[in-house]
Amino acid sequence: MNIIACIKQVPNTTDVKIDSQTGRLKREGVESIINPFDEYAIEEAVRLKEKNPGSKVTVITMGPPQAESALREAISRGADEGVLVCDRPFGGADTLATAYALSSAIKHLGNFDIIFCGKQATDGDTAQVGPGLAEMLGITHIAYVKKIENIDGKTIRVERLMEDGYDVIECGFPILMTVVKEINVPRIPSLKGKMNAKKAVIKTLTAADVNADLKRVGLDGSPTQVMKIFTPPQRTGGEKFSGEPQDIALSIVGKFKELGIV
Amino acid sequence: MEYFLTEEEKMMVETARNIAIEKMKPVREHYDEKEEFPWEIVKEFAQADLCGVYIPEKYGGFGQGIMGLVLVVEELCKVDGAISLSLAATALGTLPILIAGSEEQKTKYLPDIASGKKLAAFGLTEAGAGSDATGMATMAVKDGDYYILNGTKCFITNGGEAETYTIFAKTNPARGARGISCFILEKGMAGFEFGKKEKKMGIRASSTRELIFNNCKVHKDQLLGKEGHGLMIAQATLDNSRPGVAAQALGIAAGALDEAVIYARKRVQFGQPIASFQGIQHMLADMATEVEAARALLYATARMIDANVGKPEKEQKRTSKESAMAKLLCSETAMKVTTNAVQILGGYGYCRDYPVEKMMRDAKITTLYEGTSQIQKNEIALNLIKESAAKNK
Repeated sequence: MNIIACIKQVPNTTDVKIDSQTGRLKREGVESIINPFDEYAIEEAVRLKEKNPGSKVTVITMGPPQAESALREAISRGADEGVLVCDRPFGGADTLATAYALSSAIKHLGNFDIIFCGKQATDGDTAQVGPGLAEMLGITHIAYVKKIENIDGKTIRVERLMEDGYDVIECGFPILMTVVKEINVPRIPSLKGKMNAKKAVIKTLTAADVNADLKRVGLDGSPTQVMKIFTPPQRTGGEKFSGEPQDIALSIVGKFKELGIV
Repeated sequence: MEYFLTEEEKMMVETARNIAIEKMKPVREHYDEKEEFPWEIVKEFAQADLCGVYIPEKYGGFGQGIMGLVLVVEELCKVDGAISLSLAATALGTLPILIAGSEEQKTKYLPDIASGKKLAAFGLTEAGAGSDATGMATMAVKDGDYYILNGTKCFITNGGEAETYTIFAKTNPARGARGISCFILEKGMAGFEFGKKEKKMGIRASSTRELIFNNCKVHKDQLLGKEGHGLMIAQATLDNSRPGVAAQALGIAAGALDEAVIYARKRVQFGQPIASFQGIQHMLADMATEVEAARALLYATARMIDANVGKPEKEQKRTSKESAMAKLLCSETAMKVTTNAVQILGGYGYCRDYPVEKMMRDAKITTLYEGTSQIQKNEIALNLIKESAAKNK
């Protein structure tokens, strides 16, 4: 079974600070990590490989040269190969251009049975690249997968997380799934995994390598452009009531009456 | 302090730290309280390849010697000194095979231990044979291709949970120290049973049990090394394993020191953090200096042991003295530092809501097993005298 996991390197948002002057993320000195949702995608891909001997997990990311470290970390978590889609023209891509670039790279790599993606990235939070990629590859996709119930040579049955429960969906291959955190607990990189990661040769693919249409990649291929990034101003004003709970309740009800709410 | 660890050594430390913080920390109180064996964590050790760090690569290990074992055990024990014992005591049970095993025995037993599929245990101590191993009563009587074992071992770490046991028994009582042999036993063999499980002050997540041999038939292929070489194997094992105990002690001490510093910075009395008081500062300074000195001696000892690997026997250096020194200093430091950590945390330190109370309980065993501190001093003095006698005839 050929399994692909698509990942993204993101800033570690737990320690990101925002520049109050420009309103932008201060990226300097901020550690880059694998998008946390993609860790579930890698783990599920590796588990599937372990259950199906002879399978291979390829991890793909599009990003700057330093995104190579994310691929090495994925290898330390059990993936076999890393592919970095990296070229100047890919820069500044929105979700559509990213999905196109990844689809070109995956077509270039050849056969696959399953693609895993995290449900969304913690920096952009769009959840669009996974489904977009499936459309461009012309394959089935299931988003928000929380469990793989069964898998055999022809079909796969999964549980898709919904707001009020879950759907059970069965379909054939090839398939793209985006996964949610309920699906597994990602492993801690093993020593042998880390040694493999150290030795691994990361394959780099350029726009020319994957025959990408330059009008569809990077900034030029992106219909959405970021105009401005800012932190919404904190809500101000309001009135604070303090004291004993009973007195506060009375004051609030009084206020409601005054405002004609009750 | 910078110890110039290799890239592989840093990897082991990082992996052990991840497991300790992400997996062990949330459950350490549970296992201490319930006295259950921490199988869920053993699986994590196995998955991360930590079980075989000291086992050569050709048998499926990570080939990082005693230094590898020391680094991993120290890092795990900073968080919990009891759960990690499943791994450290397995090393003790495995060392006799590494030291004296035939190629067949190594190939048969080491890969499953390296992968973490099986745990091991070391069976020397008996009710009447602690510091004096020659006092053991367990007998192995030759009968054709077999030895018949009878007797009871006590205080066996990993007892009942391990699959592979290295057991010492008398094959020729008339020969005293040269009449003891070592055998590899497997859980489930007829006549091999488990007895009483001890209830202990500390290391409560670790199983400490009796092993009972009742006409247990062991094939001669299970003899480790030559008949009568058992005590030599045991001594060589302890020379290699005492740094493991020292690492456990050092990790507990380092963990307690961290807790004490964090607490001293936060705890406010008389209008200021207690870390601003010179009395507390001097205690912390002593603790940190003692921990670092213990670490330096331990790492140097581990490097000395590993430097013997691959050398012809004549060029190898015995490390009995250094191993004993490292264990003595680390374990006594652990007791001192954990006691002072409890002191700094005051009443809170005495309560189970804070981890230092457990650290102090866990630390005590390190001054007792694999030879008490007094036995380490005997070993050190004996070697001093021997060395002097060799130089000044």
